[in-house]
Amino acid sequence: MSLTRRDFIKSNAIAAAAATAGVTLPASKTALAAEDTDVRWDKAACRYCGTGCSVLIGTKNGKVVASQGDPDAPVNKGLNCIKGYFLPKILYGQDRLTQPLLRKKNGKYDKNGDFEPVSWDEAFDVMKEKWMAAIKKGMEENKGKPVDKLTSRVAMFGSGQWTVWEGYAASKLYKGGFRSNNLDPNARHCMASAVGAFIRGFGIDEPMGCYDDLEHADVFVLWGSNMAEMHPILWSRLTDTRLTKPGCEVHVLSTYKHRCFELADNGMVFVPQTDLAILNFIANYIIQNKAYNKEFIEKHVQFNKTPTDIGYGLRPEDPREKKAKNRSKGKLTKITFEEYAKSVEPYTLEKASKMSGVPKDKLLRLAKVYADPNKKVSSYWTMGFNQHTRGVWVNGLLYNVHLLMGKISEPGNSPFSLTGQPSACGTAREVGTFAHRLPADLVVKKKAHRDIAEKIWKLPEGTIPGKVGYHAVLMHRMLKDGKLDCYWQMCNNNMQAAANMNNESYPGWRNPNAFIVVSDPYPTVSAQAADLILPTAMWIEKEGAYGNAERRTQFWRQQVKAPGEAKSDLWQIMEFAKRFKAEEVWPEELLAKKPEYKGKTLYEILYENGQVNQFPFEGKITDDRGNEYDNDESAHFGYYVQKGLFEEYASFGRGHAHDLAPFDMYHKARGLRWPVVDGKETLWRFREGYDPYVAKYNPDGKKGDVFFYGNKKKNGGRANIITAPYEPPAESPDKEYPLWLCTGRVLEHWHSGSMTRRVPELYRAVPDAVVYMNKKDARKFKLRNGRMAKIQSRRGEIICKVETRGRNQPPEGLIFVPWFDAGRLVNKLTLDATDPLSKETDYKKCAVKISKA
Amino acid sequence: MANRPEDVGKEAVQKKGWFGAHKWLILRRISQLGILAAFGAGPWLGLWLVKGNLSYSLTLETLPLTDPYVLLQALVGGVVPETIALVGVAIVLVFYSLVGGRVYCSWVCPVNMVTDAASWLRRKLGIRGTSHASRSTRFWILGATFILSAITGSIIWELVNPVTITVRALLFGVGLAWIFILAIFLFDLLVARDGWCGHYCPVGAFYSLLSTWAPLRVTAANREACDDCMDCFNVCPEPQVIKPALKGAPKGIGPVILANQCTNCGRCIDVCAVDVFRFGTRFGNDPLIGAKVPDQIQTTGS
Amino acid sequence: MAEADRKQKGTTRRQFLSTTLKTACSVSLMGIGLGFYAQRANALPPLAIRPPGALPEEDFLSACIRCGLCVRDCPYDILFLGQLGDDIPTGSPYFIARTGPCEMCEDIPCVAACPTNALDHSLTDINDARMGLAVVIDQENCIAFQGLRCEVCFNVCPIRGKAITLDYQHNPRSGKHALFIPVVHSEACTGCGLCEKACILEKAAIKVLPIDIAKGELGHHYRFGWKEKEKAGKALVTPDVKHQYNLPEGVRYDLQGKGLIIEKKAEAPHAPPQDSPFSSNPLDTLNRKKGDD
Repeated sequence: MSLTRRDFIKSNAIAAAAATAGVTLPASKTALAAEDTDVRWDKAACRYCGTGCSVLIGTKNGKVVASQGDPDAPVNKGLNCIKGYFLPKILYGQDRLTQPLLRKKNGKYDKNGDFEPVSWDEAFDVMKEKWMAAIKKGMEENKGKPVDKLTSRVAMFGSGQWTVWEGYAASKLYKGGFRSNNLDPNARHCMASAVGAFIRGFGIDEPMGCYDDLEHADVFVLWGSNMAEMHPILWSRLTDTRLTKPGCEVHVLSTYKHRCFELADNGMVFVPQTDLAILNFIANYIIQNKAYNKEFIEKHVQFNKTPTDIGYGLRPEDPREKKAKNRSKGKLTKITFEEYAKSVEPYTLEKASKMSGVPKDKLLRLAKVYADPNKKVSSYWTMGFNQHTRGVWVNGLLYNVHLLMGKISEPGNSPFSLTGQPSACGTAREVGTFAHRLPADLVVKKKAHRDIAEKIWKLPEGTIPGKVGYHAVLMHRMLKDGKLDCYWQMCNNNMQAAANMNNESYPGWRNPNAFIVVSDPYPTVSAQAADLILPTAMWIEKEGAYGNAERRTQFWRQQVKAPGEAKSDLWQIMEFAKRFKAEEVWPEELLAKKPEYKGKTLYEILYENGQVNQFPFEGKITDDRGNEYDNDESAHFGYYVQKGLFEEYASFGRGHAHDLAPFDMYHKARGLRWPVVDGKETLWRFREGYDPYVAKYNPDGKKGDVFFYGNKKKNGGRANIITAPYEPPAESPDKEYPLWLCTGRVLEHWHSGSMTRRVPELYRAVPDAVVYMNKKDARKFKLRNGRMAKIQSRRGEIICKVETRGRNQPPEGLIFVPWFDAGRLVNKLTLDATDPLSKETDYKKCAVKISKA
Repeated sequence: MANRPEDVGKEAVQKKGWFGAHKWLILRRISQLGILAAFGAGPWLGLWLVKGNLSYSLTLETLPLTDPYVLLQALVGGVVPETIALVGVAIVLVFYSLVGGRVYCSWVCPVNMVTDAASWLRRKLGIRGTSHASRSTRFWILGATFILSAITGSIIWELVNPVTITVRALLFGVGLAWIFILAIFLFDLLVARDGWCGHYCPVGAFYSLLSTWAPLRVTAANREACDDCMDCFNVCPEPQVIKPALKGAPKGIGPVILANQCTNCGRCIDVCAVDVFRFGTRFGNDPLIGAKVPDQIQTTGS
Repeated sequence: MAEADRKQKGTTRRQFLSTTLKTACSVSLMGIGLGFYAQRANALPPLAIRPPGALPEEDFLSACIRCGLCVRDCPYDILFLGQLGDDIPTGSPYFIARTGPCEMCEDIPCVAACPTNALDHSLTDINDARMGLAVVIDQENCIAFQGLRCEVCFNVCPIRGKAITLDYQHNPRSGKHALFIPVVHSEACTGCGLCEKACILEKAAIKVLPIDIAKGELGHHYRFGWKEKEKAGKALVTPDVKHQYNLPEGVRYDLQGKGLIIEKKAEAPHAPPQDSPFSSNPLDTLNRKKGDD
């Protein structure tokens, strides 16, 4: 018996080793040495999470040889997390892709061929052929349709890891060039629910507060956020406040115990999905005790209700969707305070405690800190709220609590949505690379908004389609159904990320009619499933800009050259645009509106438009210390591409509460928090004194008063409290699949491990994903710590090692598996149920069973 | 009359054929290699028949075998072993008490192959010189290891025991063990005939104690046929054991080799062209067997 | 022929004695040599760690018969036998934490395999194993001590929150971050070495050492008073009397706690949770009401 176990562990170890073959195991002898003479230092934003730490990069002879935390960066003050410590090493993994690779058989592209190196020309030729076929087919289908009914057969899956200008260039190419709104970022998997709630609640995206709340709050409440591991440096700040500020309290809510519970004064483990009930209870408690801020409510809040029973974003034929009365509906209807109060009345302490499994005294303690007018409360959340089939609702319910108390838009009082991507805010959201968005909170559905974009982009009226494109999850369904033909993924690993991989993503990508392009620095799971792989210049191999979770925009210069023929996403997008002439992709009647574009390429129309190409490039970028830097894109295209794109993009938001500072400013500053008005940053929005736009939009307002100007037109500048009830999740444990599966990350790895697992030290520290589970459950299912277990859902199965004593301590009935391991694709298990409003997948709840492997 | 050492077994091969003259040697090699293979099947092929090594092993997860000498050193050092180890010792003691303790040396110990090879080459190269250490030295060493084990509280001989070092080298990784083995080979080849096994090895000395009452014996049953070719003396690793049995008829000594240093290797049986020797028991050791043959030749050797 | 040298038949008593003496002397010499070798060879280098349940080193060396069954039964293949030429006693089992730490199997197969109790069979709970003791040996290079968010040793420790804990401290350099200082507790650390393996530095800042090297020893005469009090459950001498003080109004004295406490007026913001959501100062509520009118 012991023989089989031993053999099993061994074979698994070999499999795991093979998955990262020859990459991670040998201690990589990169050029990283600490000879500090002649090292050129320059600043850069960290490549990982949304915290937005700054690092200093030391280069010598064209190689990154050292790094350090930037001691002057306000976010991290020279500190890094364990991943940031190894940042330079992600550039030098041994299996960097250095040339385009195309699936070929007998010298020709073949969907079932093997990858062979090809030139960029050949790669783009094949791509162009595929794109043209799809666009032609799309134009046939669109004949005679009005602009708000247009569909497209080409798509792009972008990223919150794109630099600002990469997202912007992609948005232009797709929405303005290919006339396709099928552009969505991985922020769809991450922040879409937060975005939905910001727009519904405040009419404008992104947090009102900033990281300085971390020093000013009296109480911190974490809702579905393992900040200790996922936002390590912010957690360090929160912890310091807890240590040094008398009376400071930390409340943590999650469906399992994680590292934040170590600091928690009030740690609460609740039954999945019952956060809806807990939040309604808190609102009810505040109302019942008449603790609400009456003046604030009367002046600044509008009460609303929203349709209920809205389904789960599954395919329409799913019985759960057929049963839903108001599938995907979200229209707000105004109600009175009394009606609102009545709607939360059923959520008593007893009920909330019973539903959530959290003891009454703990819930009460939580409710009291919100209800105490003298306590400043900052609430933080991440994927526990956003990856939720009622994600927009649950985000909103938390705003309800803060708004009832008026605890918002001032130092220490902040409902704050933390982001997972380094530029989820800066690129995905502000640039608007979503299927429904345009830059600066404009949306494709509104003609007026499209007009603004078309005007700035100098495109004929009616170029941008008015129909919302396919969102991330829908793209895979459409690929599988044959309604989408071309799919280009950048800065992503969606084959390892998208839920229900076995039944949706993989069949979609491998659909014989589909052509899948993956741009990546490394051979990821996605690259393995692609048809064409484009080698990508990453991070500091190009000039870049990220926007972090507190609206801070940070720039960096190109520090080193990319290896081999690897090119930045920006180069790839703009170069590909050269392959299309206007008359190939636009119908005649559209072209007739701007006949001068006839014979011109999309590149010329979109990028050589007199704006993007207006800043000359001198051959080198020089900083104020006289150091010189490459800029490969500008050298290639002949003008300062990044500056041109940024300035054109910034023109969308300037004067509209999205003001960005001039381009050159960001190369000097350690990041600036927008809106930057008259060179001044904005720390807290919507409050007079802190936010210059309040006085502008509400000139009669009192000093220090708030004004939610995002809703100025809708309801006179009030924030929306939107009531929403508890509704069950899409899939709950039952007899056959008795456990909840929750998924997430670990501190040591990031972005499916595509970069961090190539850092030998990180790989050695945390090599494989394990299943964290309760000891009692392990005993119940005859499992032992350290042994292999098979986890099965209705959609697939994986095998991984049981961990009953790890950093995550789930309650009975729930298991937790992290994402980073390419050898154990947990997305085979997860359900592709989404929030019907935000279209964001719920990765935190599905039903599984577990057994000895 | 006497054959040269280089020509050991030549006559036997002529008379009995190669296989006939190497029968017991082949069987011994099969035994030695088979035991190593059984140990090696696990680490080399993943076939876990026997785990461990010659100090202690567990066969098919049930049969324990413990080296009594190693365990005795541990006991002297004050250790109370697990029952399973004692069971293993009991099995081993019973077995070797029946077949002869030094069967371990000739049928099990891998160093035997090394020293046999050295001995063979020594004969072939005609190397004659040898050192003069007493064959009883090993018993002194045996005693010393127990004393040292008691004093140091460690299993002292295991630090240098070439037997287990060789086995571990094959099963767990070589290290510098090959130098050790080479040293023994060279010592036996150049310095002393049967140097290691015949003079110093306390493991063999220990096992020879188990041989004292063992029923299984080599007997010179056909001693009257001896033509004094000297092949048996030349090939025997413990030649002193032969003389009393082979030439003892006049002194009223029976033909059974009773000396406990005899390893029951059977080489004397193989190399004898006239089939003087065979395996038998210690019983029926009649001094009259072969007594008629006059004892004419005083052999050398002791 | 060697035998030719010994032509004389029969051994005289004198010869016998001299041979015996010679043998005895040489064996003694060899024995002394072996003894010294044993002393040197039996000294285990500090980075080689014995499997769980190993007896104290001296006892272990007398008990371990070098059979390698523990090596064979380790499902993670972390154990090795000392080879001739290593610094480790020949044939005895060990592991190196940095490259292959003990994974702490619940059923402890290595101990079960040991035939001589060199790995003590009375060890049934792997958490009771004491293979060594982890020591944060280099606090200058440990990045956690500088405030970087690493804590990988803490994260991978299988004796969660007991063997290694984090000591939260204010980071006076950055002014607004905390330090998460790893602290090892000898009463729980098994010395499995997972922390040493996981340490992401070029050379591990946390290392598992033999307990006798890793641990200090308090002067035999001294006791930590508060620990003794806790052990006894009461004061070891007559408890202190109740103290009374001359204090102005609004000032208290907390003898065993904070000392002098000057009660602030309107101390509401940081007051502990109360039964009502309202401030303890009625003025707060009253003034609010006024604003509402």
